Amino acid sequence: MQKIIKNLVLSITGIAIAGMASSAQAVDLNVVSWGGAYTASQMNAYHKPYMKANPSVKLNSIDYSGGLAEMRAQTESGNVTWDLVDVVLSDAITGCDEGMFRPIKIDKEMAAGADGTPASKDFLEGTLLSECFIPQIIYSTTFAYRTDAFGGKKPTKMSDVFDLKNFPGKRALQKKPINNLEWALIADGVPLAKVYDVLDTDKGKDRAFAKLATIKDNVIWWTEGAVPPQLMADGEAVFGTGYNGRWFSAINEEKQPFSMLWDGQVLDIDGWAIPAKGKNVDAVMKFVKYATDTQRLADQAKYIPYGPARKSSIPMVSKHATLGIEMNPHMPTSYADQGFLTNFSWWADNADEMNERFAAWLLQ
Amino acid sequence: MANEIIGGDVVLAADGTPLKASLNKAMRKNRIRALLLVTPLFLFIVFSFLIPIVEMTFRSVDNWQVGTLMPKTTTALAGWDGKALPDEPVFAALIQDLQAGAKAREIGKVGTRLNYEKSGLRGMITRSGKKSLKVKEGPYKEKILKMHKKWKDLETWTVIKRNTAPYTMGYYLNAVDMKYDKSGEIVMRDENRRIYGKLFLRTFAISMAITLICVMLAYPIAYLLATLPLRYSNLLMIFVLLPFWTSLLVRTTAWIVMLQSQGVLNDLFVFFGLVSDDNRLQLIYNLTGTIVAMTHILLPFMVLPLYSVMKTISPSYMCAALSLGANPMVAFIRVYMPQTLSGIVAGSILVFILSIGYYITPALVGGTDGTLISNQIAYHMQKSLNWGLAGALGALLLSSVLALYLIYNKIVGVDNMRFG
Amino acid sequence: MALPPYAGPLETTWYYGFRFLCACIFIFLITPILVIIPLSFNVEPYFTFTEGMLAFDPDSYSLRWYRDFVNNTQWRHSVENSFIIAISSTILATFLGTMAALGLSKSHMPYRSLMMGLLISPMIVPLIISAAGMYFFYSNIGLDQTYLGIILAHTALGTPFVVITVTATLVGFDHSLTRASANLGASPTVTFFKVIMPLILPGVISGALFAFVTSFDEVVVVLFLAGFEQRTIPRQMWSGIREQISPTILAVATILVMFSVVLLAALELLRRRNNRLRGIV
Repeated sequence: MQKIIKNLVLSITGIAIAGMASSAQAVDLNVVSWGGAYTASQMNAYHKPYMKANPSVKLNSIDYSGGLAEMRAQTESGNVTWDLVDVVLSDAITGCDEGMFRPIKIDKEMAAGADGTPASKDFLEGTLLSECFIPQIIYSTTFAYRTDAFGGKKPTKMSDVFDLKNFPGKRALQKKPINNLEWALIADGVPLAKVYDVLDTDKGKDRAFAKLATIKDNVIWWTEGAVPPQLMADGEAVFGTGYNGRWFSAINEEKQPFSMLWDGQVLDIDGWAIPAKGKNVDAVMKFVKYATDTQRLADQAKYIPYGPARKSSIPMVSKHATLGIEMNPHMPTSYADQGFLTNFSWWADNADEMNERFAAWLLQ
Repeated sequence: MANEIIGGDVVLAADGTPLKASLNKAMRKNRIRALLLVTPLFLFIVFSFLIPIVEMTFRSVDNWQVGTLMPKTTTALAGWDGKALPDEPVFAALIQDLQAGAKAREIGKVGTRLNYEKSGLRGMITRSGKKSLKVKEGPYKEKILKMHKKWKDLETWTVIKRNTAPYTMGYYLNAVDMKYDKSGEIVMRDENRRIYGKLFLRTFAISMAITLICVMLAYPIAYLLATLPLRYSNLLMIFVLLPFWTSLLVRTTAWIVMLQSQGVLNDLFVFFGLVSDDNRLQLIYNLTGTIVAMTHILLPFMVLPLYSVMKTISPSYMCAALSLGANPMVAFIRVYMPQTLSGIVAGSILVFILSIGYYITPALVGGTDGTLISNQIAYHMQKSLNWGLAGALGALLLSSVLALYLIYNKIVGVDNMRFG
Repeated sequence: MALPPYAGPLETTWYYGFRFLCACIFIFLITPILVIIPLSFNVEPYFTFTEGMLAFDPDSYSLRWYRDFVNNTQWRHSVENSFIIAISSTILATFLGTMAALGLSKSHMPYRSLMMGLLISPMIVPLIISAAGMYFFYSNIGLDQTYLGIILAHTALGTPFVVITVTATLVGFDHSLTRASANLGASPTVTFFKVIMPLILPGVISGALFAFVTSFDEVVVVLFLAGFEQRTIPRQMWSGIREQISPTILAVATILVMFSVVLLAALELLRRRNNRLRGIV
């Protein structure tokens, strides 16, 4: 029954689309990304120059709020309308394992570095953790604080967030266990390198939740990336976690009285994944190859302070396109030694349990 | 036929056919006509609404992953007694399934499914899938046991075997905070992982509170509207109907504007010196926000049925009670209120049904302690992608709503439902 | 319920106390809706009254947020979407619902109450469940992220209102009128358009209004089913509230309040006409 309906619907839409497409040979590619300033930076660095050079290709930009829900639904139904998706590494890993995304032969299908280094060597170490993933940028989730909130005192390290005595006020944290548990352990004295070993034990999990509980009453939980800078701007929170690009624009474009802490920053990788059952694979591959070459990744850094994922792009990073600010001091990659990279395989195994425990903990 | 014969003759219709047959024919025709009128909508609702809901409920028991993607292991495990690690033939089957699954990039789905039952099995399956491609020959048991430490765990095999069945109770157990323990017995989850039971209870408690507040607020104004002369009550009715017809999101936005810490209400409090400027009240993004906004949104659903019942109550009963010497208070409670009971019940069930399934307002103003079970369903739909669990929670919520609806139908009758 | 002249002090207190209580509840109902209207003219990007606004300084008021709304292509697109979806689903729902109500009101309808229950089930089932079910099913058959999918979903949600309102109109319907019409030689079609339709029209229109508002205001199904292309006004407001609450939302909200005032007036006119037709006064 369902098959019949599906075929019927597909054939009807198919006929309609065929009718429209027959007039021209143009390709429409649906490129899905996070929206806002981030999509704008991609449009400036990749989409616009590519469409100029290839007038037959039209890139439609679609916004989404992350996650694999739509991708999985499209894959299950076989009606995949997205051609290219901007994903975080952890989603790429899960999607790759579940067959939603197409595996990439990175050296063969992606551009070599400007100096001819094969792509697999040119992308930063630790970014090629999934064979379906083409890295783009390194971003970080980190703390910022209101500079006028604590009298003369200034927080200097991440553990100050857990210090209610010296730094009182509300903290805006993301409503999920990932990162928060790691921070709690680090603030409780666990060395960076040992965080996941400790978290893997029952005692360690209890310890992380216990530490988090010490500030629970002073936390405002957020779910959308735009919210923490706003909460802080409104004076509803004095500390907040957020994406470093958002902090950059709040501080440098909106001139908010914020300052960032690089200490304890969590680095994460964002990049492209290509839906396995997409309809325009060839055209997409050409675009992705272009969009992830050395020059394009360096260009993107002119619009947003996210570190390019290629070694060969890093020396080319210069000033912000409109603000004229030197971008290197604002790149999370410049402070990589102060932070850590999320252990994706630990979270892949434990996210179900931790999310449930976190929700139960919030309910208490 | 006997009763149709009157005085030995069959009663005939004008065209000469027996009246009974003619009537039957007319009835049949009418019945078919009635059915034909209803059929298009019936089919439409079945297709666009009922099938989707049945399919969603089906997801809550559907357990296709292991059986479909690891068919050889499923067969090989059928005879396993569960007392010790399985033997070589099972591992030989497993390696073939892993290889096939890894090549087809489907094995991750098994991992995802099993991880819901036991943390860590996702990594075990996906990593073993990759490693399996390098294995050329047996003995397989030894090689697989080396791939991941969890293969040596007897519980892993119990979980796999249990999930070779095409249907599962697992999602429902999860939805009521239960699980299978190591030996396969059904037990409660650890204290620190119980959420849904609490959330269901909280949803019911919040809905109950909202219903009660709605009764308390709706009763006086419905009474006033029902007893005032028509031209005044029609005017005052606008105060009830305008919110009723205003977009839900507009009303939710309005409450955010009213209640937030830099909002209108807090400004007023500060102005009158009730609270200090740096100590503003937290009225939103918590339970208070949810209750206030939802009460406001659902209040018209309580006022309207109460009003329509009160409108039919003749004032002479109260007059009679008063003239017979009853204290006005007693007369009101013993004479008037019992007559409004059906309105109270109708409005309460309506408000309760609407509030236990509410999603938008709690999601926007609920913060952490003002969210309801529907928010958790949405979370599993969109974020965690545990669609089986979303289906199970949805089915549980749906059955409680349907039960309430049946009661409502018994008391009020759908036919008597009116709007505005 | 005027205060009788012989009322004692207790009754007087009670009488005014009761009125005061009612006034408070009415204020609770209407204030939030009224408050957003002046705030939408705030020149500052705040959600509260500035001192200038309280002093009625004209410089503190502006149409800034309305301009924002009109100039923003996303908002404009969502307005178009809302109307396309709401009007299409209203037409479908009114057509299907009126037919079904006519069938249901016939005394010969078999399994009447069961049928009624099924047909109005979209109104009973919590939206989140309907949305979840539709999300799975519609994406399986390729209807997710399409206008058609959302229109069908909204039609399903809107039909119960049409069925109920039209059925209610038909309860008072005098069936001898159709027989009289038939006796006088009118064909069933003529009877329908000349006799039945004018009488049930108020019910049909108010049902259609309900269906329209249901679709126009619906956001849960849209959240799950709509792609970026199909975003409606409520969907746009939803992300506005969740992500970056800007006073543009208040401007939109004010326009929507005006819109519901118009709807309310339309419904009231209909009710009066309906009562007049039925001779209730």
